[in-house]
Amino acid sequence: MDRIYDFTIIGAGVVGNAVARELSRYLLDGSKEVNMAVLEKELDVVCETSGRNSGVLHAGFNNKPGSKMAKFCVEGNLEFDQVAKELDIPFVRTGKVVVGFDDDDMKQLLKSKEQGDMNGCPGLEIIDKKRLNELAQNVGGEFAMYSPMTGIMDPFDYTIALAENAYDNGVEYYFGDAVEDINRVNELYIIKTKKKTYKAKWIINCAGLNSDKISKMLGIDGYEIYPCRGEYIILDKKMGEYLNMPVYPVVNPKQGGLGIHLTPSVDGNVFIGPSADYLDCCDDYSATKPVIDMLFEEGKKLLPYIKREYFIRNFSGIRPKLTNKGGYEDFVIEARDEAPNTVNLVGIESPGLTSATPIGREVVRLIKEKTLLRENPNFNPFRKAQVVFHKQPIDVQRKLIEKDPNYGEIVCRCETITKAEVLNAINNPLGVDTVTGIKYRCRCMMGRCQGGYCQTRVTELIQDVKHKKREEILYNREGSYMFTGKVRG
Amino acid sequence: MAVINKDVIIVGGGAGGLAAAVELRKQGIEDILIIEREKELGGILRQCIHDGFGLTRFKETLSGPEYAQRFIDEVDKLGIDYLTDTTVLEITSDKRITSVSKDGLNEYQAKAIVLTMGCRERTRGALSIPGSRPTGIYTAGVAQMYVNLKNTMVGRDVMILGSGDIGLIMARRLTLEGANVHAVFARGDTPRGLPRNVEQCLNDYNIPLYLSHNVTQIHGKNRLEGITISEVGKDNAPIPGTEKYYPCDTLILSVGLIPENELSLKAGVTLDNRTKGAYVDENYQTNVEGIFAAGNVLHVHDLVDFVSIEAEKLADAVVEYVKNNSLPECPIVVETDKMINYTIPQKISGNRDVSLSFRVKKNVKNVTLQVLQDGETIYKKKLKKAITSEMEQIRLKKDLFKSRSNIKVVITV
Repeated sequence: MDRIYDFTIIGAGVVGNAVARELSRYLLDGSKEVNMAVLEKELDVVCETSGRNSGVLHAGFNNKPGSKMAKFCVEGNLEFDQVAKELDIPFVRTGKVVVGFDDDDMKQLLKSKEQGDMNGCPGLEIIDKKRLNELAQNVGGEFAMYSPMTGIMDPFDYTIALAENAYDNGVEYYFGDAVEDINRVNELYIIKTKKKTYKAKWIINCAGLNSDKISKMLGIDGYEIYPCRGEYIILDKKMGEYLNMPVYPVVNPKQGGLGIHLTPSVDGNVFIGPSADYLDCCDDYSATKPVIDMLFEEGKKLLPYIKREYFIRNFSGIRPKLTNKGGYEDFVIEARDEAPNTVNLVGIESPGLTSATPIGREVVRLIKEKTLLRENPNFNPFRKAQVVFHKQPIDVQRKLIEKDPNYGEIVCRCETITKAEVLNAINNPLGVDTVTGIKYRCRCMMGRCQGGYCQTRVTELIQDVKHKKREEILYNREGSYMFTGKVRG
Repeated sequence: MAVINKDVIIVGGGAGGLAAAVELRKQGIEDILIIEREKELGGILRQCIHDGFGLTRFKETLSGPEYAQRFIDEVDKLGIDYLTDTTVLEITSDKRITSVSKDGLNEYQAKAIVLTMGCRERTRGALSIPGSRPTGIYTAGVAQMYVNLKNTMVGRDVMILGSGDIGLIMARRLTLEGANVHAVFARGDTPRGLPRNVEQCLNDYNIPLYLSHNVTQIHGKNRLEGITISEVGKDNAPIPGTEKYYPCDTLILSVGLIPENELSLKAGVTLDNRTKGAYVDENYQTNVEGIFAAGNVLHVHDLVDFVSIEAEKLADAVVEYVKNNSLPECPIVVETDKMINYTIPQKISGNRDVSLSFRVKKNVKNVTLQVLQDGETIYKKKLKKAITSEMEQIRLKKDLFKSRSNIKVVITV
């Protein structure tokens, strides 16, 4: 209770974690070490918008010149090779095509290109059908805009890596702890959460879908988040062979998103989506019949090989939008006088994933305008990922098994994930022990059988390692119990 | 590391793999290896603790583990080599196999490979069932493993979607373990499971079966709270206005099995889109010479007894292949009309007697089955009834075939 944090970040999505990491490069004047907490209402990082998207590193041609979105997206794109290297995460600069069919599409593409050129996206070009077919075989469309800088990444990996690196640099994480009230007393923030009370000198609001509510708690009125759901279908890796880069339709500026597109994942699946439907509440991740059917039809237009038998899962994400009329309102990233010692981030939707690290730096810049930050001499930007057995050359695989025989036991057959990798995931530094937490960290249960083979093994391992009773195993959120107890005994 | 040579490698030590191994050894093949990824042999039978297995094969009723044990005992008695806790990572078209276990990676060169990997279950994701994403939705096989092998109860108030056998069996199982199984819903107008399972697992426990129904919405944010069920029309589309809400904390899905052919595909094996299993000739040989398939990896069977019998027939051909390094050509394609879902095998030689297994597309009564070649009927049989949930079988003598033209199996009313 007496602990006073220099910085408290609310929300452990990609932005909260990027802010935590960027901020841990510095020490608040007078502090000898990092003194920062991230408060998250869910039981893990990356539970909401950050992980529920296409996993595309955008180039930045979709955003208005001069906007924060354009600036940070382009910055985030250009530096991502370095970021991915530091965090040891898979990332491929695949390039992307935005395909068009008629004159109106061409007009829109030329506009996008002009906008992209102004924003500083390198290498955009309008290409004809022949070139399109060379770049992305199998794809529908008469012509396209090609963006060579666009890439794909795993948003779970990126967010978890940011958090683990921040953690290594001394940032503390508190899960399942929703902020309920914030007061400012004697120049300190008193943050009342579901579980306890925290004191902090600074608050950074990275609450995504709830950033408007946290704004209000900070005394900043006038923001409203309009949740806008995007549904996706995940296709079998067999479809991955047909798609080497994201394929987008021409943007309809009236819609809330970028249109139904196809994205290969770094692991070889293909996503169709997302739709764009405004919701009344911000936590309804349902899949809906009309949208599933629509996604299938739209997906087939871009890639005719898609069949229903390749469906392996649905998911949806929710965009925290600042407009309910389609299109985009710019990111809000501000340090306002009526809420001293805060940085308020509201409406960080797409391209938030690409922009996260630059946004983190922007937060640092805003704090530096108000107070003295010194470089943290102990900051280490590098984070080491766990070994992925099936990606190793055969001689490395042999050595791994010799050293730890658990690398010889395949737990998840679809994704070829070994027991050692599942155990590494269960022993993750943040202490997350939900089933999805393990899944996001090692990809078990993510394959075409959706855990039919490995789910029983994974839950048993969590039970054993974490000394939990069956009924204590949670899938993702509080209340998401998987079992009601023993059958007998 | 040195490549280990084997005459026959069997991938999967479940019902099919065990029966093939025993039969191969009995016919004189010495150098056999079964590779099984689980801790024990037996495959899915290990979790099928109910009885009803073996009536055809052994003329008595056994539990799944007992049925498997009959074969495992023979494997042990005959001294057939097997590896457990060992996963095959890759099979190539030139019959090389890479496996992994706690002892390391191994590479094998086989003269013949027998694919007996069984199948996996269709999931919610594959069906795209709309609604929220709570816990409490299990495929029947996963629920069965939790309850029967892991002493873990998956829920208390249970609904079941799909009338496949495992779903029916789980309705009874969960009832016996104290859960309230409220109802079974199925999309089709006839049960997909065996009639005896409808009788013994539902009717005996007063569990209602609602045919022509489907789950149209899932409710509950964290744990399942209920489902909406709708009646479906002939096109399988839900009929508006028929929605009914049922509270439950568990939904068991028994909505189909998919032969597990990922390894086969990597080896270049061509699949039949109807069975999702390999396209095989009368020797159970796939399009890749020396790679054979039987059991549920070939097509989903109703009874394990038929898996064993099929694998034993496969063994006959594998023995011939290993000894002669070749098998007779099978140029005759078995075509089907719209009443028939598929046949096994899909190609025959015409030089030997052959058994054709087939499944009808919908339940029929008092029909005539004919096999046509060159426009002439070469075989005719009256069927009192044929149902989708039961495999039919006919035996065609070699002298019926007048040429090497394709044959066609048709059903007329």
